[in-house]
Amino acid sequence: MNTLSLYLQYIVNGITLGAIYSLIALGYTMVYGILKFINFAHGDILMVGAFSGLLIYQALVGEADPGVWTMLAFFISMLASMAICAVLGVFIERVAYKPLRNANRLAPLLSAIGVSFILSNGAAWIFGTTSRRFPYPFQNDPIHMGGVTITPHQILVIIVSIIMMILLAFFVNKTRMGKAMRATSLDQNTSALMGINVNRVISLTFAIGSALAAVGGMLASFDFRVYPSMGTMTGLKAFVAAVIGGIGNIQGAMIGGVLLGILEAVGAPLLHIPNGMRDTVAFAVLIIILLVRPEGILGKNEREKV
Amino acid sequence: MLNFFQLILIYAGVYAMMAIGQNCITGYTGMLSLCHAGFFCIGSYATAIMCKTMGLSFWLSIPVAAVVAGAVGFLIGVPTLRLKGDYLCIATLGLGEIIRNIATNLNPVGYNSIPRVSLFGYQFASRNKVAFIILIWAFVLIFYIIFQRLAHSRIGRAMTAIREDEVAAASNGINVTEYKIISFVLGAAVGGVAGCFQTAYTLTVQPASYTFMVSVMVLCTVVLGGMGNGKAVILGAFIIQFISYFPQLTGLTNVIPAQAKQIIFGLILVVMMIWRPQGLLGRDKFRYGDPRSRGEKIRAVFARKKGGAV
Repeated sequence: MNTLSLYLQYIVNGITLGAIYSLIALGYTMVYGILKFINFAHGDILMVGAFSGLLIYQALVGEADPGVWTMLAFFISMLASMAICAVLGVFIERVAYKPLRNANRLAPLLSAIGVSFILSNGAAWIFGTTSRRFPYPFQNDPIHMGGVTITPHQILVIIVSIIMMILLAFFVNKTRMGKAMRATSLDQNTSALMGINVNRVISLTFAIGSALAAVGGMLASFDFRVYPSMGTMTGLKAFVAAVIGGIGNIQGAMIGGVLLGILEAVGAPLLHIPNGMRDTVAFAVLIIILLVRPEGILGKNEREKV
Repeated sequence: MLNFFQLILIYAGVYAMMAIGQNCITGYTGMLSLCHAGFFCIGSYATAIMCKTMGLSFWLSIPVAAVVAGAVGFLIGVPTLRLKGDYLCIATLGLGEIIRNIATNLNPVGYNSIPRVSLFGYQFASRNKVAFIILIWAFVLIFYIIFQRLAHSRIGRAMTAIREDEVAAASNGINVTEYKIISFVLGAAVGGVAGCFQTAYTLTVQPASYTFMVSVMVLCTVVLGGMGNGKAVILGAFIIQFISYFPQLTGLTNVIPAQAKQIIFGLILVVMMIWRPQGLLGRDKFRYGDPRSRGEKIRAVFARKKGGAV
């Protein structure tokens, strides 16, 4: 295999990884756009999504061989886990963040760390700490195209991510509720005066973000397996992706995710970083972005008003 | 039983030291740092490497640990603290993982049988817990006094002003970034020193023990006691250590699941934020321009309680 096709391969892998980061980054960025705080528990919602998706899938499929039914079961379990996570996200917002909306800046962050800790350790308690494999719902024979190999699961990841992002873009840009969401992220008080139910918009934001995290979690579990602390590092990288794109900006999160995925997949072999230190790449990217362009690729530089 | 109480005293001392550092960052300046486990790890490794590999004295490793941890804090603080918002907490969350990652890659099993600490010919052995309690709490007291003095000094007042309102502080001529970095570096340095004592007691270091959970425990200690209150933080350290050794203390290790304490720590964070964000003891009262001494103020409170006119 020559060098060019090797790097093409890394880029393909990077795009797959990046699509997952994008889906998760959307949740961070949407919540940040409206509430101006980092939802630390988002990574653990991803884990809950992966676990519930896996359990429902296993219950539906049993020992069946990959085929049409397993494919269908995969999508059914994905929808179910999206619903579970949406409810969980709204519940967390109501219980742990809503009472703190007017508290100082630190309070919701600390509360979010608490929620994240409860979720990941609760999962470790219920499901145990061993990691589980998410079985492929189809024959995962690699397809060779020139020097590049693509597996069907990578195609699935990319197609599902694109569909989810188109749906989200349509919702935010074309519907009434999406317009309300954009208005709320610009100015909460004014939108409340204009007759927008801000609480409902915030709940909806958490529901959508958590549902996307559930999809991201299920897609990520093909590559990373399912275990209670899977959300921490994946969530952290998705946040980095959101910062790269410009936090609070929905298109930015999509671009940032794919960019980070490619950087991570290409950067590690390019710089001869051992595989155990791959996570360092995402972190280094964050530091560089913060130094060079803290508002991100698509973000606007906001000045704080007194 | 007594053994466990002594153990709790030792670990409460180590965590109180870390919490003093975290309190400087989170309590005084109002920044959320999530990598005290990382600084703790740096300190532990400094002692382990210096005492074991280089054969140097434990006492020499304390300043080295403080300087190295402070330098790492400086490196991460300079890019992230210039910015508004909560980038610091994500950057530090990453840093904590990275430090553990590096420690694992450096030496996956860590270091064992590190030489004991000796002071004027006396050797601190792990089974003699009382000596350790005295040693560690002496240092806790030193750091408590230093940071209490710091909080009431010009630097401390600047930090508190930044916590309350960054824009107002900046418009009063406070260099926000500079004081944030000072606060972060000082907090990191104390976290490093706490690591030295951990190593001195256990005589082993393993990269697996410096997880995110340690950072959350330290944060919980500060939040539970009361952010920005030196005494409260030490009280918090006792409570947190008591909770984490409760199963061993009562012999219910088989009944209580291992995750129970982590879930309790998470609940503490959420519940405290909703119902008592100032912590159990509340904020430290400062004597801004109040010319009365502490004694006079206490007498004034009692005079009021008796029903007399104020």
